[in-house]
Amino acid sequence: MATKLKKTTAVEKKLIGLADIVITAADRSKDPTFSIPIRALSNVSFNERKGLIEMGNKKQARSFFNVGMAKKFMQTVLVADALSELQRADLTTSLREIYYRTKHTIKDSHENTFDTQDESDPVIEDLEVSLAALREELHVRAENSGSIVGPVIFGDDGDRVDCARLGKGGYSVPSIVEPEYLEIRRCTADFLLLVEKGTQWNRLSEDKFWRRYNCVLLTGNGQPPRGVRRLARRLHEEYKLPVYVLVDNDPWGYYIYSVVKQGSINLAFESQRMAIPKAKFMGLSSADPERYELPRNVGIKLNEKDIARAKELMNYQWFQKPAWQAEIKRMLTSGLKYELDALANKDFQYLTKKYLPRKLKEKDWLD
Amino acid sequence: MPKKTSSAAVPKPAPPVPRTPEEAAPKKAAAKPAQQVTAVEMGARQREISVSEFFTKNRHLLGFDSPRKSLLTCVKEAVDNALDASEEAGILPDVAVRLEVVPTNGTVPPASQATRFRVTVTDNGPGIVRQQIPRIFAKLLYGSKFHRMRMSRGQQGIGISAAGMYGQLTTGKPVKIISRTGPRAAAHFFEVQIDTKKNEPLVHENKQIEWDRPQGTQVALEVEGKYQKGRASVDEWLEQTSIANPHVKLTYHTPEGEAKEYPRTYHELPPSPREIKPHPYGIEFGMFLKMLQDTKSHWVSGFLASDFCRVSPQLADEICKTAKVSPHLKPRDLKGHAAETLYQTIQNTKIMAPPTNCISPIGEKAILSGLYKQIKGEFYTAVSRPPAVYRGNPFLIEAGLAYGNRPEDQQKPQQPAMPKAEGEHEEEDSELARVIRYANRVPLLFQQSACSTFKAVLNTTWRNYGVSQSRGALPGGPMVIFVHMASVWVPFTSESKEAIADYDEIQKEITLALRECGRRLGLFLRRRERAASEFRRRNIFELYIEEVVDACDRLKGGKLPKAKLKAQLQKIATSRTGGLKTDEALGKTGGGPEGLPHSIIVTAEGVEGEIALADQVERDADPAGVPVEPDLLGDEQPIETPSKKRAAGPQAAKGRIAKSAKGKAAQMPLFSKPAKREKTTRRRA
Ligand SMILES: Nc1ncnc2c1ncn2[C@@H]1O[C@H](COP(=O)(O)OP(=O)(O)O)[C@@H](O)[C@H]1O
Ligand SMILES: [Mg+2]
Repeated sequence: MATKLKKTTAVEKKLIGLADIVITAADRSKDPTFSIPIRALSNVSFNERKGLIEMGNKKQARSFFNVGMAKKFMQTVLVADALSELQRADLTTSLREIYYRTKHTIKDSHENTFDTQDESDPVIEDLEVSLAALREELHVRAENSGSIVGPVIFGDDGDRVDCARLGKGGYSVPSIVEPEYLEIRRCTADFLLLVEKGTQWNRLSEDKFWRRYNCVLLTGNGQPPRGVRRLARRLHEEYKLPVYVLVDNDPWGYYIYSVVKQGSINLAFESQRMAIPKAKFMGLSSADPERYELPRNVGIKLNEKDIARAKELMNYQWFQKPAWQAEIKRMLTSGLKYELDALANKDFQYLTKKYLPRKLKEKDWLD
Repeated sequence: MPKKTSSAAVPKPAPPVPRTPEEAAPKKAAAKPAQQVTAVEMGARQREISVSEFFTKNRHLLGFDSPRKSLLTCVKEAVDNALDASEEAGILPDVAVRLEVVPTNGTVPPASQATRFRVTVTDNGPGIVRQQIPRIFAKLLYGSKFHRMRMSRGQQGIGISAAGMYGQLTTGKPVKIISRTGPRAAAHFFEVQIDTKKNEPLVHENKQIEWDRPQGTQVALEVEGKYQKGRASVDEWLEQTSIANPHVKLTYHTPEGEAKEYPRTYHELPPSPREIKPHPYGIEFGMFLKMLQDTKSHWVSGFLASDFCRVSPQLADEICKTAKVSPHLKPRDLKGHAAETLYQTIQNTKIMAPPTNCISPIGEKAILSGLYKQIKGEFYTAVSRPPAVYRGNPFLIEAGLAYGNRPEDQQKPQQPAMPKAEGEHEEEDSELARVIRYANRVPLLFQQSACSTFKAVLNTTWRNYGVSQSRGALPGGPMVIFVHMASVWVPFTSESKEAIADYDEIQKEITLALRECGRRLGLFLRRRERAASEFRRRNIFELYIEEVVDACDRLKGGKLPKAKLKAQLQKIATSRTGGLKTDEALGKTGGGPEGLPHSIIVTAEGVEGEIALADQVERDADPAGVPVEPDLLGDEQPIETPSKKRAAGPQAAKGRIAKSAKGKAAQMPLFSKPAKREKTTRRRA
């Protein structure tokens, strides 16, 4: 409890610091300016030794007295105010509620402080990176959209949650899984399987795959949210679970894997706490259709976007390993992508009974 | 004009009917022999065509088609004459127009329901000599302007007598005239009608009377008509007249009892247009033949040299030689093929363009004054082109623009700030520009789309000047476009003189004038945009400063000296947004508009550009400066006094006409309904 209080104070101090920037600049007749790290490919580098995407130190100035930035500047101060309110009240909230909290019509005008949530979300991310505060530290949570099942026991608000006794539905992963919010009391699994889609996770959970192979099954329903990624990272770090990722065979799947492994470009500064550089790519691989004799007719033709995205991925530093270049090239050459669901073409339980056992047996994964 | 009236007054028309006044000369109609009809039978039907028949058949050509338009035409003919005469005599015109509802069956219907009106137009012009009065007002095709090549409003000598004829045919009432040629001359009162068979005046009444005016003419007509405001109304016509003629003081008593005052805001008479002889290129063959008959010259060469401009005796001889016509031939003897050869030869000979000093432009200053006076806007400009020539006729194009809404009006439509939900936006309005067209200072209210001026407006790429415009449409925005063509001979598309014909030379000149107006408008808009963007910047900052200060205060736990921070930030805002320079761009420092000649700019802070002109308009429009002339109220008195019919009718007792609201109030916002004027309630006992 003590640590929690201390941290809150630190974040709040940082938020108040923004007001101080305005006051100091005004005192000196200077244009109040925030300097915000750039969240783009141009400002990240891949640390090969650590296997992480790291943020560079390029920053952009956000000045009040610049027509193009004035509104963003004002919005930044408003969001900082709302975030500090959360700190003081010790509440957590969602991105959307912050949008509504900070939205109002500016006095004597027709203008709204924010017109859509698309304007407030990036401001929150800006503050995360500028203040080097995690979203959880800012008390902003995402929707719960992850599930976990397997031999792991949590302590959540004093409740004991045994994920081996929650039926096929499992435990809904909260968006904030920092130790002060979620305690991992015990974990006896041998590895962790992170599945892209809920459908396959359900299949594996229903088939009790986790019991047979003594693993933890985790899904984020698409691009895994922070809570899911952070939980995987904690299990990996604290319980030394190897992490395997199971995604569709398309550029998006590759990208999900890379975010889990090295971190995202947008929030590269979080890689330190989120990325799992040792995570492995279990599948679907572009080599699988041949190996597992998936008929061509269950493939989907790559569209122009897919092709462009795949080529982009091939240029990323963290996809430079020859095996990865070959993997992506093979997809491009075939001109097809495959969903995990396509495995059902062979048998409903093909994933549980054939595909994963063989993968695990052959240690057929990419690093 | 209802059918029953015309058929009662006129014998059954006999075919064929001539279409133009020229053809209407009394002569046997040349009917094409039809197979079934013998010459004898036909001969029985051939007879002289009376003027009234001619009029009845052609009244639409003369502007008397619907009752509403007829009422306008009567006003127009009388006002045109008043202005033409005053200007020619070098007098700044004071014209009073009065429309009154004529009671039917003893009751006075409301103006909008009424079918009979009395139109009274009074001027301070030179007056008309006694012996001419009957013929001017009661003989068609009688006038001083037809035979001259001189720029004027009337052209054919058919105007006022046609109006009188119309009145006579629809109400049976004579035209009443008072005219006085000077303070020492007597005022004469006349009541005249047309003998419709002979096209000769019938004088009912003729006497000397007392008139409180030292000089001038008053015409009163009783006509069938319909009074309705709006597009192509008497009101619109008079308003537009006042825009193009700011040197005229116009008073208008509407049939609803309002008194509208259009003050004189330009105190110079337009330069008197000079009379010129026709240019050979501008004469059609028929006219040429007529001139051969009418000339006073004895020789063809003399005829050419003296009846046309730009033809010297040597050139005349040369033309005759080329055409193989003896220069000493009697003009009257030149006929048929020889005449045609001569005409063609003239058209093929290189002849100097006609002199152009015969054209009298309104002038840029006067146009500005007129636009500023009648139209509420932010920006005004005017362009007079140098004279040019089409088919041997000198002409001159002028264009003007009034743009925008007055700063004080811009605020009004804004509703109190209403919070906008997601996806909601401010509405944009999509009004189109209005074109006002003139020929020799007379407004053209009909057949806009057939008019060369209108086509030129459409063909101008207004988008180049920062104004929106859809394909083939008028430009958008609060804008009035003014186009004037001055010429000794305005080429109308038809006899009704409603649209200017499409000659390349004319189109080109209009386009050039419009482009210059557009260029200046673009300049103005850009400058305003620039100033506004600086201003907006400051406004944005001022808007956001409040928000930022409040948020900072909350972040600091409510312990911030807010006023101090706000003041500091505002100071930075001003210094960052150009400070003084913005004020300058906004015109706050009084600097004139550079690069914008003949323009007026109105900002919230005041007027720029032709400030003197604008000041003059304001001064002249000031009600205190213009006393209401008492004699205007008595206009009708002299004309009614001698009349036997005048009894204690419903009109005998008349309330005073309240002082009209003038000046600024008379200035109309561009498109909204005319500014509310003080209503005058006339008590009718
Ligand atoms: N108010 C007036 N004052 C002086 N002269 C007038 C007035 N009205 C008409 N006239 C004279 O009467 C003539 C005939 O007028 P009108 O029939 O309207 O033909 P137009 O105007 O075409 O010549 C004019 O040319 C002018 O000489
Ligand atoms: Mg006339």
